Amino acid sequence: MSSKSSSLRPLTFSLTLACLLPVAGPAADLESALATLAKVGPEGQGNETASQAWNTLAAAPADQLPQLLSAMNTANDRSRNYLFAAAAAIADRQTAAGGTLPMAALGDFLLDTHNEGRARRLAFELLRRGDSAAADALLPGLLDDPAADLRREAVQRLVDNAAKTLAEGRKESSAVLYRQAIDFARDADQIEAIAKPLKDLGRPIDLVQHLGFLTQWKVIGPFDNTANAGYSKVFPPESERVFDATYDGKDGKVRWTDFTTTHELGMVDLNKAWAPLKEVTGYATTVFHSDVARPAELRLGCKNGWKLWFNGQFVFGRDEYHRGAEIDQYRFPVELKAGANTLLVKVTQNEQKEEWTVEWEFQLRVTDPTGKVLRSVPPQARVASAAR
Amino acid sequence: MSRLILTTLAATASLLAYADWPHFRGADGSGAIPDAVLPTSLDPKRNIAWEIPLPGRGLSSPIIVGDRVFVTCSSGPKQARLHVLCFRASDGVKLWERQFFATGRTMCHEKTSVAANSPATDGQRVFALFSSNDLVALDLDGNLLWLRALTLDYPNVSNSLGMSSSLVVADGTVVAQVENDTQPLALGIDAATGVNRWRLERPKMANWTSPILYTDPSTGQKVVALQSGKGLLGIEPATGKELWNYAEGASTVPSSAAANGVLYVPSSGITAIKPTSPGQPPTQLWRANTLRPGTSSPAVFGDRVYTINGAGVLSCGDTKDGNRVWQLRLKGPFSASPVMAGRFLYVPNEAGLLQVVDTSKPEGELVSEMDLGQTILSTPAISGNALFLRSDGKLWKVSGGT
Repeated sequence: MSSKSSSLRPLTFSLTLACLLPVAGPAADLESALATLAKVGPEGQGNETASQAWNTLAAAPADQLPQLLSAMNTANDRSRNYLFAAAAAIADRQTAAGGTLPMAALGDFLLDTHNEGRARRLAFELLRRGDSAAADALLPGLLDDPAADLRREAVQRLVDNAAKTLAEGRKESSAVLYRQAIDFARDADQIEAIAKPLKDLGRPIDLVQHLGFLTQWKVIGPFDNTANAGYSKVFPPESERVFDATYDGKDGKVRWTDFTTTHELGMVDLNKAWAPLKEVTGYATTVFHSDVARPAELRLGCKNGWKLWFNGQFVFGRDEYHRGAEIDQYRFPVELKAGANTLLVKVTQNEQKEEWTVEWEFQLRVTDPTGKVLRSVPPQARVASAAR
Repeated sequence: MSRLILTTLAATASLLAYADWPHFRGADGSGAIPDAVLPTSLDPKRNIAWEIPLPGRGLSSPIIVGDRVFVTCSSGPKQARLHVLCFRASDGVKLWERQFFATGRTMCHEKTSVAANSPATDGQRVFALFSSNDLVALDLDGNLLWLRALTLDYPNVSNSLGMSSSLVVADGTVVAQVENDTQPLALGIDAATGVNRWRLERPKMANWTSPILYTDPSTGQKVVALQSGKGLLGIEPATGKELWNYAEGASTVPSSAAANGVLYVPSSGITAIKPTSPGQPPTQLWRANTLRPGTSSPAVFGDRVYTINGAGVLSCGDTKDGNRVWQLRLKGPFSASPVMAGRFLYVPNEAGLLQVVDTSKPEGELVSEMDLGQTILSTPAISGNALFLRSDGKLWKVSGGT
C-alpha cells in the first residue's frame, strides 16, 4: 500500500457508502453488504455472513465498479480480498454479456494515487480489458507510481524497449533506457535483472548502494545454539546495549566489534566475522539516522534462524533454517523517528553439515512503503552537507 | 417435506454422486479408478480431446465434479495473484474464474509455485489452498463462500521453499496441514463457515505431504491420516480427535496411499499399516525397503502397490507381503504421482512425457507414450473415462481411442 493510501481515514469508507446509495433498496443492500464484509476478521470471524454479502456485491451493476474498488481503500486484507473478487466477478459478468465497463470512471480511479494499490491495479486490468491500447498508453505515466505492480509493468515496458533498442545495435541509447528503468524500478528482482545488461553495456551498477543495504554494523558472538536452544535464550545483547561490555560466549569471552560487509548484495556474513561455525548465535546492530519521522519498511533476507528488534521493540522472528533466502524476503512496516533508530538482528546457525547449510548471514535495508530506498544520514554528514 | 427441499436434496445427491475426483489422487486415496477406461495407445491427434491455456503457473492437480474441472494457478510478480478456474469437462469451455491476491508469503523454490496445493471438493463446494496459505471456498458456480488468510492468522506458517500440502474434506470439515519449521499446524475448518473446528500443533519440521482420507471398512467411519516426519496420525475429521498414531517416522515428500483399510506409508521404504482399535497403534503388516518412493506418492490397485523411485524405476509390490513382483525403468525424472485406470498406470515425467504402463504384464510393460511438450510436475486426475493433466501453461483432456 502506498504511503498516501495508508493515510486514508474511515471518512473515505463513509463516502464510499454514500456513493453506493443511488436507489434506496439496492443501495441499502450494498451498504449492508459492505458493512458485513468490513467485519471479517481473524480465524474466520464474520465469514458466515460474508458469503451473502459477497453475492450482493458481485450482483451489482458494472457502473458501480469504481465504488466497489473505493471500498478497498479502507478494508482490511481479508475483506479487501472479498471486494477484489467481487469487483472482478462483476467485470467478468458484464464483459461475458457483451456489455461495456465504465472506462472513464475506472480511469479516474486508477489515476488517483490516493487509492489503494491493488484496487488501482485491478482498475488498470479492467481498463486494459476494455481498451488495451488506452491502457498501454497510460504505462509511461505509471513509471513513478506508488503501486508496486503498476510501476513494475511500466518499468518492464521500458526494459523491453531497451532490449529492442539493443537488438537493433543502438547500444548507447539502450544503456540510457536501461538506466532510466533501473532508477524507477523498486522490486529487487527487477533491479537485479536490469543490472545485468547494464553491466554488459559497460555501465555497472553498485547494487549495494542502489538497493541501500546497510553495510556498517557492530557484531558480537558466538553465543551457544546447541540443539537450537539459543534461538529462544535471551543472551545479554538482547537486554542491554553496552558496547564496551564483555560477555561469556560459547567458547570464551566475547565483545562487540565493528564489521563492514563488502558483499555484492550487502550480506552480513557472520562466518567472516569469526569463522565458519555451527550451533551458534550471533548479534549485529546498527543505527539508522533519519532526518524526519516517517513510515518505512525494514526489509530482511535470511536463511538462518533470526529475530529482529527496532528501537528496542521486538518486530518478528523465525527459526527456519536453510530453506532459502532472497532480497526483501521479509518486510515489516515501522515508523522511523527523527534522529537515531536502532536495529538489532539475532542470527542463529543450526547443526546441519551439508554444503548448502554453511551460510550464517543476513541482509537488511530500509525503504519507504513503496520500496524507495531510504538512506541513513548521520548528523555529522548532514552538518557537513549543509556547510557545503 | 417441501418440494424445494426435495429438489435440493436430489440435486445434492446428484452432485455427490458425480464427485469423481474430489482431491489429490482420487476419492479413496488409492490413486486408482478400477473401472475407468482410458486410451492405452496414445496419439495427440486422436486422444487430446482438448487443450486450453492457463493464466498462470501451478502444479496442483485438477479436481472434477461431474462435468466440471477445477484448477488453481498463480500469476504475476512474485506469483501473488491467485486463480481458481472452472472448465466444462466435456468441451473445455471456461465457465468461470475467480481471482484473489496473496496475503501470505509467496517465496518458493523456482521449481514449485504458489499454486502447488491441490484443491478439494465435497461435491457442493470447492476449497482451494495456496502456498501463501490463502484458503478460499467457492460454490460450483464460482460464488465466494468464505476465505481464510492463514498467514495473517498464524504469522509464521510458511516455508521459504514453498508449501504444497493438499486439502481433503470429510464430515463437513476441510482438513489443511500447514506444517513447517516454525509454526506447524493442522486445521479442521468448517466447510460451511470457514471457522476453525479444531487446531493441532504438529511436529516442528518442514512437511510437503498431504493428508490421506480413507474409510475404515469395519466401522464405515471416515478417517484422515496426517503424515509428517514423525509418522502418521489418524484423526476424526470433524473433531481432530486422535484415533491412532504410527510413530516410526515417514517421508516429508511423498504421501501415503490407502486401500481397503490399509495404509501404504512412505516409511523405511513402504510400510503397510492397518489401523485397528481406537487408541491402539496400527498393526504393521510389512515393511519393504525395495519399494522406496522418490518424489511420487504410491498408487494401489487390486493386490498391487506401485511406487516410482528417484531413478525413475517403477516397482510393483504385493500388497500381502510387500515383496517386489517386478520393476520397470521408465523415462524420468518424476514429480507427478502415478494414477491408474484399471490395470493401466499413467504418469507424466517432468519433461511432459505421458507414459502408460500395462501392469498386468508379467514384468510390466510400457505400452504407450505421448509428449505433451511442457514441464509437468502435477499429478493427473481421472474422470468419465478421461485423464486431465496440467502444466504451468496448459490443461489437457486425454480421452478416446482404444
